[in-house]
Amino acid sequence: MASMPIVVDRAEKFEKVVSILDHYSRRPSGLIPILQAIQHEYQYLPEEVLTYVATSLDVPPARVYGVATFYAHFALEPKGKHVIRICDGTACHVKQSLPVLNALREKLGTTEKSATTADMLFTIETVACLGACGLAPVVVIDEQVYGQITPQRAVALVDEIKATEAGLASALETEQPSAEVVNE
Amino acid sequence: MNNTEALTSTPVNGHGISTLAQVRRVIICAGTGCMANGAMKVFEQFKSEIAGAGLKVILELRAEATSDEIRLSKSGCQGFCQMGPLVSVVPDGILYTKVRKEDVAEIVQTTLAGNQVVERLLYKDPATRKSCQGIEDNPFYARQSRFVLHECGFLDPEDIHEFMLHGGYQAARKAFVEMAPEEICKTILDSGLRGRGGGGFPTGRKWEAARIQNSTKKYVICNGDEGDPGVFMNRSVMEGNPHSVIEGLMIAARAIGANETLVYVRAEYPLAVERMRNAVAAAEREGILGKNVFGTGLSMKCEVMEGAGAFVCGEETAMIASIEGQRGMPRPKPPFPAQSGLWGKPTIINNVETLAHVCRILNEGPEVFKQIGTKESPGTKTFALTGHVSNTGLVEVPFGTTLREIVYNIGGGVTDDAGKIWKTGFKAVQIGGPSGGCLTEEHLDLPLAYESLRAVGAMVGSGGLVAMNQGTCMVSIARFFMEFTQRESCGKCVLCREGTRQLLALLDDVIEGRADQNTLALLDKLGRAVQIGSLCGLGKTAPNPVLSTMRYFRKEYEEHVFEKKCRTGRCKALLSPEINQVKCKGCGLCIKACPTGAITGEKKQPHHINPELCIKCGACATACKIHAVEGI
Amino acid sequence: MNQVTQPTLTIDGKTVLIEGERNLLELVRKANIDLPTFCYHSELSVYGACRLCLVQIEGRGIQGACSTPAEPGLKVLTTTPEIREIRKIAVELLLANHDQSCPTCSRSANCQLQSLALRLGVKKVRFKSVHTPVPLDESSPSLVRDPNKCVLCGDCVRMCAEIQGIGAIDFAHRGHEVSVQPAFGKLLGDVECVNCGQCASVCPTGALTVKSEVDQVWDLLADPKNTVVVQIAPAVRVGLGECFGLKPGEITTGRIVAALKNLGFDQIYDTSFAADLTVIEEGTEFLERKTNGGTLPMFTSCCPGWVKYAEQYFPELLPNLSTCRSPQAMFGSLVKAMLPDQLKVERKNLKVVAIMPCTAKKFEAQRPEMSVDGDPDVDHVLTTQELAQMIQSAGIIFDSLQPESFDMPFGFYTGAGVIFGNSGGVMEAVLRYAAEKVTGKKLDNVEFDQVRGDSGLREATIEVNGTELKLAVVHGLRNARVVAEQVRAGKSHYDLIEVMACPGGCIGGAGQPVTTSTNARALRTKGLYHADKMLQLHKSQDNVFITECYAKFLGEIGGEKAHHLLHTSYQSRRRIADESLSLTQVQGNEKTKVSVCLGTNCFLEGSQDVLNGVLRHAEQNGLEGRIDVRAGFCFEKCESGPNVMIDGEYVHHCTAAKAIEELNSRIEVDKPA
Repeated sequence: MASMPIVVDRAEKFEKVVSILDHYSRRPSGLIPILQAIQHEYQYLPEEVLTYVATSLDVPPARVYGVATFYAHFALEPKGKHVIRICDGTACHVKQSLPVLNALREKLGTTEKSATTADMLFTIETVACLGACGLAPVVVIDEQVYGQITPQRAVALVDEIKATEAGLASALETEQPSAEVVNE
Repeated sequence: MNNTEALTSTPVNGHGISTLAQVRRVIICAGTGCMANGAMKVFEQFKSEIAGAGLKVILELRAEATSDEIRLSKSGCQGFCQMGPLVSVVPDGILYTKVRKEDVAEIVQTTLAGNQVVERLLYKDPATRKSCQGIEDNPFYARQSRFVLHECGFLDPEDIHEFMLHGGYQAARKAFVEMAPEEICKTILDSGLRGRGGGGFPTGRKWEAARIQNSTKKYVICNGDEGDPGVFMNRSVMEGNPHSVIEGLMIAARAIGANETLVYVRAEYPLAVERMRNAVAAAEREGILGKNVFGTGLSMKCEVMEGAGAFVCGEETAMIASIEGQRGMPRPKPPFPAQSGLWGKPTIINNVETLAHVCRILNEGPEVFKQIGTKESPGTKTFALTGHVSNTGLVEVPFGTTLREIVYNIGGGVTDDAGKIWKTGFKAVQIGGPSGGCLTEEHLDLPLAYESLRAVGAMVGSGGLVAMNQGTCMVSIARFFMEFTQRESCGKCVLCREGTRQLLALLDDVIEGRADQNTLALLDKLGRAVQIGSLCGLGKTAPNPVLSTMRYFRKEYEEHVFEKKCRTGRCKALLSPEINQVKCKGCGLCIKACPTGAITGEKKQPHHINPELCIKCGACATACKIHAVEGI
Repeated sequence: MNQVTQPTLTIDGKTVLIEGERNLLELVRKANIDLPTFCYHSELSVYGACRLCLVQIEGRGIQGACSTPAEPGLKVLTTTPEIREIRKIAVELLLANHDQSCPTCSRSANCQLQSLALRLGVKKVRFKSVHTPVPLDESSPSLVRDPNKCVLCGDCVRMCAEIQGIGAIDFAHRGHEVSVQPAFGKLLGDVECVNCGQCASVCPTGALTVKSEVDQVWDLLADPKNTVVVQIAPAVRVGLGECFGLKPGEITTGRIVAALKNLGFDQIYDTSFAADLTVIEEGTEFLERKTNGGTLPMFTSCCPGWVKYAEQYFPELLPNLSTCRSPQAMFGSLVKAMLPDQLKVERKNLKVVAIMPCTAKKFEAQRPEMSVDGDPDVDHVLTTQELAQMIQSAGIIFDSLQPESFDMPFGFYTGAGVIFGNSGGVMEAVLRYAAEKVTGKKLDNVEFDQVRGDSGLREATIEVNGTELKLAVVHGLRNARVVAEQVRAGKSHYDLIEVMACPGGCIGGAGQPVTTSTNARALRTKGLYHADKMLQLHKSQDNVFITECYAKFLGEIGGEKAHHLLHTSYQSRRRIADESLSLTQVQGNEKTKVSVCLGTNCFLEGSQDVLNGVLRHAEQNGLEGRIDVRAGFCFEKCESGPNVMIDGEYVHHCTAAKAIEELNSRIEVDKPA
């Protein structure tokens, strides 16, 4: 029964795409908010969905692709479950944000080019400025802002998430057999 | 008389504050900075503690408030982010800093119930070691002229009634009911208000240019795509006083004859997006936006659009392209947006801070506005003061204020990397973000204004002010900004796309010791070509940090190029670590620490570094207990 | 006399009259100063990216001339030391990010980057190379995309979108990572490109070039087993000369024949012959439709770019397309059917090479329906450019050739066939035929000026024997789209519509020599009309060899044999790569595939409910491991929606219940006993 939630999830998501398109009256001018809403659903912009969007809006797929690749916020590859964004704005840079970035990359084994961990748990990104300069250097993990961060604290935060995830996974594993018992 | 009318027709006193609003209140700063530090927990704690202490707490402003009620509210950014979460108690005039959840009970008991001050939560001026009770004796606030920011840190951004009780939407009503469009344009022109977003173009002229266009459809866009790294005043206004933006937009729209407005908010500001959207919804609910505005029969629409992460969209034509669902690439001007902008219709684009000034000018008249600031640059300007200064945050000062005032008095002086005051540490200030330039010691007494800054090769820009101490390498700083602009170049025009990339490569040559005398000449030539020839403002200003640091710190560049030396030690490639043969005891710690095996030496004999293997990582210097490794 | 003062401005000190020029750049060029540009093209929107047309305007500083209106009183300087330096830097910056293997580039001889570097005296690139090589895209049958040579001027992008209305390529990414490419980094051959090649004809460098078949043709010629027959399209004769320093439009037919003989072709024929044949077949088809209430309006089908465009975007209009093959295809088909007997060669040893002004013809020649048992009717298509290259390669001094004449019978043609190369030419040729057919009287004035001209969308009404014929002539596929949408919406009143993908028709094809001259197209057009005038016969029906051909071989006009050899059918290509979205987790292939169309029509008919119903059914009955539910986008059966495809079979007017019923029957059948 493990695959069923995914089936429903995908269908629901696709239905969302249709309603997103309708919400913007399938007008090409709504392309950016449409892509934002779709990314909100999928966490990234899957190619086949973009093709569908292009068809629905009656714009060439190359144009949709051009827009999707122009803006930094659009991801054409799936991102990790937890997105870590390190601010490299002026204030953060001056206050040593790079060592934080490097420590996190080393910890998770990611690089600038491959920013997502193999287990799809983490993605590390840098952002130009989060506008929280008073707290520099700043790291945002899953929309939660952490200020005056040090490499050590950043790594500790990642460890915390990892521990939670490991707990979740083992909880799932122990739950699995019991769920099957119920089904039978 | 409906609610809206009641509120908007409430008499307003001199400062735009109605008597109704003078209730005792606890204001918790809910800007991004304070929120990150747990302001919401503090807010929740106050809710329960006040009630627990038997005091009456109200969360929404009501006209019939009584004197024993305590209004608990959130505000937008109060600017002093590094000391957050901030809690102010008014009218007591108390500002508590770094308030934790655990401190709340004491504040409630001591201050709200006992009318005493909790000394330990007050800000201590590091220079004088004196505690500052409120903002009047706080050096960070006392020397500012906070007009735009004051309301941000006082009003509840999520309560439209509070905004209206403080005179909100009065200016819009005036613009719609009492004034003709040309009159509004003239008032703004007379006030001398100039665009706060960068160029400093006279706002009234822009409006007039759009007003005279013969078109049934026109647009007003608020540029909230604040992209300069280190700058966040627009975020503060959108988060802290979103209705002032809507009101400014309505006035601008009325002035040029538009009935559709749009706020384009940078995607990195989710809270600003949320607050702006809520504010628009509230204004629609109150009938301020919508059909038949103020009974005039005119309609007004306001939409909030979230950017998608492109610095270049701060450029007018790129922003228009982005709104139209295109790649945010600028197009050549003319035609100017005022002639042909969004969907080919006359369009004006104003910065958030500019619009936030508009209501005041209409309420108080252009003459009052002009009393502050300089002749050419009237009014106040918000700067985002960051870097090596004691107090960082948003600083609103009249144009004409000197750099010295900002850095030393408001900012509390230059610090070292650890944050300690460094009396002689001032080196430079980068003003205006990646498009700006740097100012040095010789400019400390320069009054900051549009013309004076342009004359010295810098610009007001969006108002970024990064203070840098003597430990900062100016070539590296230029490289930092260059890296930013080349990454954010849209890639359309040759000079910006390829030019910024080559400028960066040339700076890398300087920093990594590959430069020769041609490098500096080429940097200069290429910088000028990109400056003159690029298609849009981003490209035209991209070389500014390089050209301006080359102008004022030529010696430092030359040291990098000819002596292969960085006086600050920041440029790793130019370091030549050596082991002091006298000091070295031959303990071998550095040998163990060296990742490349570059260090050799017999036990108890002075060690040596092989420069060909050395990667200048500094591990040896860290390992050495007696500081025998030098030059790194 | 009343003197009206004309608006003027000064350019480099000289007073120049403003006569409605689009911008300062055009005015400067009118003043005979060749201001350099990469990204300016008079027929496309102003882009302003190359920064080469900078001029100094008194009081305004340095501005791009392309985006500055020509206002009276401006004082303009086109070359100052500062501007010269900026231009030089711009070119050096481009070269520093350019694959500089210039001698082996097919655009070496007419590369604008190279010539500009020379003009500006760039002796050395002061910047370090930042070029990272990327692979070539050779997937298209017609074009080669070499991103290493791209200067990102965007001419191709705007051409494809603004003139052709396709947008197969666009900018992707940002900053120095920007590149021009098809959607999702796909290959050009896999997307909606119609192979018109107009992108290549505006490309200033070698980033988009015609895919060469020269080597293959040399091989054909070198093999003694082969009898190699060549056909030359009308437009080639007014274009080829440009490669040898002649003026555009200069007719070089005789010299081309001589050159081809020198190159070793066995028989030299003229596609104009097949054009005459097309006129007769298509004219007959049109009259048949008109008199017997057939599908109207009828679209011409000579242009392979347009045919693919229609197949992609207007599959519902395919019945409106003439079933006639293009002249190139008719020629190949007829020649390969007739000549083996006449020349006593086996079909497999008879090779047909076509010289075309067109890149899409390369695609057309590869269409499977244009072949017999896998042997293509036309083996290779060379563009005008490629022929010039062969002539140069063989060392033939083109100018010194003595004109020779075509071989018979397929080298005989009338003026009607020749004007096929101009936009409006097919229409005019058909009118010359139809008018005579309908009236039964000899047509004296053969020139139908009403359908001539250079506007992208022209209309004409012509009365023949009391019947009004409403005609439209379009070139540029964006214009075609406008007309086709009217037809689709039932708002079109036309009878016959001629469509040519390329601006100006075939004379403006992308296989023609690359030119920067603005009036080359007009001169070539004039050249073809002139060629018509010089001929004795102007009507296809007067071509005696055609008459003979029908009498001895084809039989009746529009008859069975003619139909078999000269006509074709079309296929819908609405989605080039069929994208569908799997909604279930798929493992293995033993699944029953259920695709629900969510295209606009089906969606409006309620296909979303069908999809949800099927998914719910799967969920409730534990079928998720056995069926693969997908959301498709268009099955082209819009009239019978909602459409669902279950294991390749359509269920029309589908409901959730119907789909589940069908599904159950299949799963029952599939179930192992």
